[in-house]
Amino acid sequence: MSMKVQTRQVDGVTILDLSGRITLGEGSVTIRDSVRDLLAKGQKKILLNLGEITYIDSSGIGELVSAFTTVKNAGGELKLLNLTKKVHDLLQITKLYTVFDVKDDEASAISAFSK
Amino acid sequence: MADSTTSRVSFTLESTLDSVNKIEQTAEQTAQRAGFDEETIPHIAMAVREAAVNAVLHGNAYDTNKHITAAFETTSDDLIIRITDQGPGLDPDTLPDPLAPENILRGSGRGIFLIRAFMDEVHFRQLHPGTELTLIKHRTPAQSGT
Repeated sequence: MSMKVQTRQVDGVTILDLSGRITLGEGSVTIRDSVRDLLAKGQKKILLNLGEITYIDSSGIGELVSAFTTVKNAGGELKLLNLTKKVHDLLQITKLYTVFDVKDDEASAISAFSK
Repeated sequence: MADSTTSRVSFTLESTLDSVNKIEQTAEQTAQRAGFDEETIPHIAMAVREAAVNAVLHGNAYDTNKHITAAFETTSDDLIIRITDQGPGLDPDTLPDPLAPENILRGSGRGIFLIRAFMDEVHFRQLHPGTELTLIKHRTPAQSGT
């Protein structure tokens, strides 16, 4: 099963609703392309909703990190929303949980972006 | 009840992502048959997937002339998985620590770390050429049916 992404805008924040697997050759390229396209359009407040992500491997984790640094280096913000237990545990093990700004609630996530 | 009989299966595959997926699925099925719990089975499958990705991507570099092998052995004590490639070889001592502050934001380099996190034993063997990675997960007496 590959990864799917749907994009929506809420209060100036671009939310990417991701579903499926983020692995080498599946979702990783999709995230990279999506983030690159958003930055090219000047959309620098990005919220990745991972609530429907069923699986992520080390390549997928690396892709999240790359997306985070790419957006940050472009002067934007990238936050994560709705981590499943599997993704949460992986970010804990890799000590990335505190690197990302992780939110459980969409409304509070959106309000946490700088105005 | 889990099967306590020693079993072995192995196959040789092309250096493709389809092979990685097949190996991952076999790992999941084998771990299930060996009686591991619902939390451990995905960990084993992920560790094996990471080993297979290493073999295909970093070992054989998708070279269609090179193959990877995957061998699954279930004994009364352990689940043992061996993944081999025909690449230039991998020295695990040279791998950067992905938890180090200078590496934490790197976009790669976490595969072997996750393998070690999820398995009880991980062994590297140089094949000249190639690398054999052995992943071992211990079974409990209840899992082995003894």
